[in-house]
Amino acid sequence: MSATAASPSAAVPGLGRRIGSLRKERRWALLTAYISLVVAAIVMLAPPFYMLITSLKTSAEISDLSGTPWIVRNPTLDNYWALISDPMFRGFFFNSVKITVCVVAITMVISVFAAFSLARMKFFGSGVLATGVFLTYLVPDTLLFIPLYQIVGNLGLLNSIWGLVLVYPTLTVPFCTWIMIGYFASIPKELDEAALIDGANWMQMLTRIFIPVALPGIIAATIFAFTVSWAAFVYPTAFITRPDEMPLTIGVVSQLIRGDTFAWGQLMAGALLAALPPVIVYAFLMDYYVAGLTAGATKG
Amino acid sequence: MALDATTATAGPAMAPARPGLTLQRFARRRSTIAFLMALPLITVIAGLVAWPAGYAIYLSTLNRRMTSFIGLGNFEILLDSETFLMVIWQSCFFAITAVVLKALLGFWLAHQLHHIPTKGQRIWRGLLLLPWVVPPALSTLGWWWMFDPSYSSLNWILNAIGAPSVPWLGEPWWARISVIIVNVWAGTPFFMIMYLAALKSVPDQLYEAAAIDGATGWQGLRYVTLPMMRNIISITVLFSLIVTFANYDIVRVLTNGGPRDLTHVFASYAFQVGVLAGNIPRGAAVSLFMFPLLAIVAFFVLRGVNQRSKEMA
Repeated sequence: MSATAASPSAAVPGLGRRIGSLRKERRWALLTAYISLVVAAIVMLAPPFYMLITSLKTSAEISDLSGTPWIVRNPTLDNYWALISDPMFRGFFFNSVKITVCVVAITMVISVFAAFSLARMKFFGSGVLATGVFLTYLVPDTLLFIPLYQIVGNLGLLNSIWGLVLVYPTLTVPFCTWIMIGYFASIPKELDEAALIDGANWMQMLTRIFIPVALPGIIAATIFAFTVSWAAFVYPTAFITRPDEMPLTIGVVSQLIRGDTFAWGQLMAGALLAALPPVIVYAFLMDYYVAGLTAGATKG
Repeated sequence: MALDATTATAGPAMAPARPGLTLQRFARRRSTIAFLMALPLITVIAGLVAWPAGYAIYLSTLNRRMTSFIGLGNFEILLDSETFLMVIWQSCFFAITAVVLKALLGFWLAHQLHHIPTKGQRIWRGLLLLPWVVPPALSTLGWWWMFDPSYSSLNWILNAIGAPSVPWLGEPWWARISVIIVNVWAGTPFFMIMYLAALKSVPDQLYEAAAIDGATGWQGLRYVTLPMMRNIISITVLFSLIVTFANYDIVRVLTNGGPRDLTHVFASYAFQVGVLAGNIPRGAAVSLFMFPLLAIVAFFVLRGVNQRSKEMA
């Protein structure tokens, strides 16, 4: 920006000093930027880094207070092996996988159909419904977990992963529908007209045109549904007390903390293993997710 | 609308006698299909959001054993209790402080990220997004361990630079600050990402015009960037206000409401009263206290989004 600003002033004689100061200003700005980013990166990455360091330590090394806690002297993978060979921890993992797969599938079916219908095929009350979708997205899970606790209890689904599969769509469906509406609405109308002229019905229009064209949006919504159901915490904490039905988040938080002697190394290893799937997904698909997220607020 | 026109012209060829009726039937079929497609969504919203919301209001008017109607009794008892007034205060303090800090830090980082060459932006963005990617309940465990009274690695750093140890989770005020620190840490990347996207949407010509008019960097920020981003800033802040106000995981893992119930927010207190202590009606009443504030915020978010979509159109 300053570079473009410098060229008009260069045309004016006698402003040489000003250009020099602009260039210097730009260098300073760049330096400030890098310093801020390095400091921010250190702060942002310190907790995960420290979790990793702790997870590689033996209990003896953790309780040894001499020297810095921020490095590991005798790294060991024992904590990870202990967890992986623990049937309870593997149970948490499989519960999380089961819940997440079901919730993502349910969410995507519901929200793709609903978004297509709301974006393209108006019906009586569809405008109100679109606003309603956005409003339900703004309803936090902590507002309704007590009535849902009663409802799930009356259905006999407390302490069952199916109770979670039933309520998780409240977390995922509104936002996924919302961003899918945005993506579908941005597809040019000429495409569906062409399809109609070629004799396509609505279902074919959805599967042959809308889903392929809006694929980035579908990927973004899928990632969102995946992360939200993987990380959900309020509902499982309220609904599940039996360890064999717990998903990872609540399993790690409640079952790996036993009594007064915390197995810190194992606890951190468990937290990191549990956090790994979303991190891996982000590492590969970050751009889709960021695009979907910002579209949710900007496309309206 | 253009679709109907195409069918209308195609219509007479198929049913030359009654073109109007075909069109009508088509329209009716179209809206029926549309309604059926949206039906699962309507079921989710009605059955899992609207119905529980009504049920919460009903529950909150019952007595502890849920046998008789006591009207607003639960709300009166709550407002009379010292602990609950503290919960209201703490929730507001926590949400407002955390959101302001997140918004400022997020803006600062987005601005700095926008300044560096585009090639490097991806990797920095990836690094800075990490706190937001890790499920909050799990990363809070890491913070909990860093705040541990005897093994605190943060205190080790403080001691190394000559500062005294801090009783992170033991003292009420430090506990409040700790909860805010963790929330800011986890939430800043969201603001950064939203603001970065908004910054990129400000056309460069505006800055060039401002620079030609002799605007300093600060003036460019004040008179170009901020007005252009006003809407996205307000949407992000309001949205984060809702999420932070209703936060549960950080308080649950870090302090569980302690010391002496002084760090409870609405969600954790509702959980404590409703699920752990078994007083479901009162727990529902605690949650419902969040509703008025959330409704006000939601109203402004919705207005902001509508304005924004009008601008984009």
